[in-house]
Amino acid sequence: MRAHLASTTTRVVNATSRRLGRGQGTVAGGRAGLRLDPRLLEHLSAGRQVALVTGTNGKTTTTRLLTVALGATGDAVVSNETGSNMPPGHVAALAGTRARRAVLETDEVYLPRVLTSTAAATVVLLNLSRDQLDRTNEVRMIAGSWRAALAAAPHTHVVANADDPLVAWGAGAARDVHWVGAGLRWQHDAVGCPACEGRIAFVEGGWSCTTCGFARPAPEATLVGAADGTAHAEWADGRTAPVRLSLPGRFNQANALMAAVAAEASGVDALVALAAMEAVQDVAGRFTVRSFGDVRARLMLAKNPAGWDELLDLVAGSDAPLVISINARIADGADPSWLWDVPFERLAGRAVVVTGDRYRDLSVRLHYGGVPHSTEPDPVLAVARAAAGSAAVVEVIGNYTAFHDLLGAPA
Amino acid sequence: MTASLRIVVVYPDLLGTYGDGGNGLVLARRAEWRGHAVTLLQAASDRPLPEADLYCLGGGEDGPQVRAARTLIDDGTLVRRAAEGAVVLAVCAGFQIVGRTFPGAGGEAHEGVGLLDVDTVKSTGPRAVGEVLVEVDADALGPLPTLTGFENHGGATSRADGTAALGHVVAGVGNGAGDGSEGAVGGHIVGTYLHGPVLARNPALADRLLSWALDDVALAPLDDAAPESLRQERLVTVGGKRRRGRQRRT
Repeated sequence: MRAHLASTTTRVVNATSRRLGRGQGTVAGGRAGLRLDPRLLEHLSAGRQVALVTGTNGKTTTTRLLTVALGATGDAVVSNETGSNMPPGHVAALAGTRARRAVLETDEVYLPRVLTSTAAATVVLLNLSRDQLDRTNEVRMIAGSWRAALAAAPHTHVVANADDPLVAWGAGAARDVHWVGAGLRWQHDAVGCPACEGRIAFVEGGWSCTTCGFARPAPEATLVGAADGTAHAEWADGRTAPVRLSLPGRFNQANALMAAVAAEASGVDALVALAAMEAVQDVAGRFTVRSFGDVRARLMLAKNPAGWDELLDLVAGSDAPLVISINARIADGADPSWLWDVPFERLAGRAVVVTGDRYRDLSVRLHYGGVPHSTEPDPVLAVARAAAGSAAVVEVIGNYTAFHDLLGAPA
Repeated sequence: MTASLRIVVVYPDLLGTYGDGGNGLVLARRAEWRGHAVTLLQAASDRPLPEADLYCLGGGEDGPQVRAARTLIDDGTLVRRAAEGAVVLAVCAGFQIVGRTFPGAGGEAHEGVGLLDVDTVKSTGPRAVGEVLVEVDADALGPLPTLTGFENHGGATSRADGTAALGHVVAGVGNGAGDGSEGAVGGHIVGTYLHGPVLARNPALADRLLSWALDDVALAPLDDAAPESLRQERLVTVGGKRRRGRQRRT
């Protein structure tokens, strides 16, 4: 009864909030529902097959890919697709739907308690690297909390990236782990061994601790990329399949393989799952091309050094004008020191305009990085300035709230 | 008269969590822009620490911090070069390990490198996270403008008698030892909790370290429009918040 009331409250508050135009209507209702019934997430998860997707980068995209893959069965699948990845967002997504399957993007710090509440059948662990350290403190503490939570969940299938030592530690005490060779470009947070304080040595195709022997688990599926940007998946049982996506980038191919293995753990053939993912064009606005007046711009999101490293690689082949927008609001983390971990030097020679609340921090970073640039505090004006009257599609990379400011700005 | 300068960023694989590697880059550029030849090295922890005129240590997590301290003590180069007059900038976890003792993940005391007479224990209060403003103690460093930075630590660092602080906080926590002090200075060794990186946020502090490393040569002024604009904005934003906060409390 209490759960029913709480669930109804969640839906009513969200619908009202959406009608009033206050945001996407997922958090306010969820909070109201959880106040009425603190165990609402547990009650709403009962009877459903829940998959949780967590990690520092790729959560939203992998959640979307897995949702599409599970939908290939014809089952209804519910997901928190607005990116509200803490319990209020989870109950908001689940309230008022009978969908038997749920895929929930989950904040990495919240994974243990969401796992307990949902008794998830599947948990996907993508990667762990420095992000919003003022909020999450140390990535090793997160890996340790995953390890303890998953050790206490013997009925959960874990899908984990074998190439990330911190993920391998987080998943390592779980009973059933599907290891995936998804790759790890950013290795700077994984050099200290999470098991013994020794040193992790990375070699081609693997890693191991030079002190305690903690080493890369043998994956059941591996992403194999080619120089021309195409990729395929190879299973230890001999299957192979191309990984063809509409979404760009090596990191999205890795997300797709993680989602495919998770789909298989949930009873959907991995090759069917991969084929279904081809149709996904953009995820929550990422890589969307939109107009600001006469100017067209492609919007990209990067939140932390590992994500920037991937995106700078992606835009490196182009000489289109580039706008970089940086904020340091609550959802971004209050400390933009991480800008100094990003190899912005690669942008030397590009026409760059810097913007956002913290454009000054970025300007100092580029000043010392030898990247000439101009500054414009207003993001929309910055896009116009970058286009400089040309017809080129301006490439825009922003961190979380900076990206959403531009996505939601009037055309 | 220009000199050749060697700058080493110490163990970025263990002490590189908060962008502090930027301190080495700032020092290198500011020396190069004045015509000095600079070698900037990123020194991994599995190799002997290279000889240098200037060493930068950054922040890191508990486990890697313990490993970094043990490796530096075994290696011996940092202690020897510091005794020979090399300049050392040590930030956050780096600050703690150049002291005498510091806490591991479980709070147990570990031996530090011992370049500064400071001891750190786990703070009993909440973790210190946020913007910091520091008025520099002129006795230790000579006059410098107000420093800005961002702290994120759970330590309480106390100084032995005779060890100067870098300054005192006018916003933020700093050393967390109850006296409002921030950082420590001994000879050419500077320890601080300020990220940002601190030298990107505070060009005058960068130049003070450079002039030490270059035997007190006069440093030509640089175009500091970008870092000065950032510094002024931080002083206004952080200082303004502090004043508003104080008014609310009274």
